[in-house]
Amino acid sequence: MANLIAAEHLCRYYGRYCAVNDVSFTLAKGEVLGFLGPNGAGKTTTMQMLCGNLAPSSGQITINGFDLLDQPQLAKRSLGYLPDTPPLYKDLSVQEFLHYCAQLHGIAKNSIAHAINKAKERSGLMDVSHRLIANLSKGFQQRVGIAQAILHNPDVIILDEPTVGLDPIQIREIRALIRELGQDHGVILSTHILSEVQESCSHVQIIHQGRLILNESIAGLNLYMNTGSLQVTTRLKPDTNVLLAIPGVSSIENIANNQIIIHHSVANDPIRHIAETIIAEGWELQELMPLKKSMEDIFIALTMDSNS
Amino acid sequence: MSMIFTIASREFKSLFLSPLAWTVLAILQCILAYLFLTQVETFTLIQPKLATIEGAPGLTDIVVTPLYGNAGIILLLVTPLLTMRLICEERRNKTLPLLLSAPISNADIIIGKYLGLLGLLLLMILLITLMPLSLLMGGELDIGKLAANLLALLLLVIAFTATGLFMSTIARHPTVAAMGTFGILLLLWILDWTTGMKDQRSELFEYLSILRHFQNLQSGLISSVDIIYFLLFTATFILLSIRSLDNERLQK
Repeated sequence: MANLIAAEHLCRYYGRYCAVNDVSFTLAKGEVLGFLGPNGAGKTTTMQMLCGNLAPSSGQITINGFDLLDQPQLAKRSLGYLPDTPPLYKDLSVQEFLHYCAQLHGIAKNSIAHAINKAKERSGLMDVSHRLIANLSKGFQQRVGIAQAILHNPDVIILDEPTVGLDPIQIREIRALIRELGQDHGVILSTHILSEVQESCSHVQIIHQGRLILNESIAGLNLYMNTGSLQVTTRLKPDTNVLLAIPGVSSIENIANNQIIIHHSVANDPIRHIAETIIAEGWELQELMPLKKSMEDIFIALTMDSNS
Repeated sequence: MSMIFTIASREFKSLFLSPLAWTVLAILQCILAYLFLTQVETFTLIQPKLATIEGAPGLTDIVVTPLYGNAGIILLLVTPLLTMRLICEERRNKTLPLLLSAPISNADIIIGKYLGLLGLLLLMILLITLMPLSLLMGGELDIGKLAANLLALLLLVIAFTATGLFMSTIARHPTVAAMGTFGILLLLWILDWTTGMKDQRSELFEYLSILRHFQNLQSGLISSVDIIYFLLFTATFILLSIRSLDNERLQK
């Protein structure tokens, strides 16, 4: 099966600042690729390069077998793109705007109406199709942006932070939509929210300071997450050395006088042991709370990995 | 080709969604109608005297030529305001990625935008032309000369619009684009004035001056030099705009 997108050794410099450094990856049909990274990691730059809005300083991009530089129009034909700010003409109605987009993407005249209806249905815009985009809420504007990206049924859909500004119910709908789209398209999605990737993606890439530091399937990502964290509050100040001696505990952070965070491995779960120790030492356990994994934890784990 | 038309018609329709196009049309028509009526008034006053002179200027010379001359000057002021938004506003509103990631070439985008705005300006010229045509009800016009004036104004407008489009492509802010366009056009308009002084004639300046070519055409002398000047002028700025949009991907 041919790759929908093949990016090889992409680099991008802004002046002397290197925003993206030697990034290579591929996307096949049926994959939802999550592009994960903190703000300023180079996610948007990479997406802009994939969509032909920005020329890479070096490297090559092929979309559906067409080189983006040599045959830009053929390559862009199989591309649907939602930038980080949805590109909307505020003085048009939703219907007019989508009609214009359909024309721009060269959809045949007799199938424009069908395509627009399908896109509106998928992104939940049926009720607002005759309202002016300027008058819509941010969430609805975001949906119009998504509708615009999937309108022409492209092979590759690139969404830059598609769930920003949406309410929780809308987020769930959009994630479901992304999973659905992923079945017969290739989808790339950038986000800085880890759970979003875990929920809707089949593959994940983590980009940090312009470098790709992880390129894995979701199962692979979970392997990297075999560390856990506990937030512990006690009434008396605990002795960290005693706790560090417990097998499975990797490090301890002090956050307040009587509050600490214990990092531990999942394979050798020491939670029970920790609780028992605290009680036995008489520090009076008040709170013991497992912390959800954040992106930072994974970064720490990954960067520590690459250091060792 | 169909993409150019799509973009042009969207641009043209969008102009009428804001009050801008309507305001410009109304104000322009108002001012020119006033000037037109003054010229007609002048003509009726001096007509008896003119009748006694051999080879005196006719209705067309006294009414039509000044009208188109004034229209040219007013458009020099108005065109920068209309062109400033073309690409600049797309960039500011972040809608440019929509066009850049669609399967269309940059030339399509530029030419489409250009033709869309040109549509509005052609409409203006049409409305202006209705005024002299109304004189046909009660008098006779030198149709050839009217056509020459019309052609002169058309060529002037395509050149103005192309300049404005280019400035809008390179400027980051619409007012900067407008100022830049106005500066270039005014400079080229007055370039000719200095050469008249002290008998120092610079052929280069004379050739570059928009006013000189415009007046040559207005006088009814349709020479290929003047027509080619305007066409070259327009083509240069359109090509520069396309190049500059191509560069959009490279810089930052």
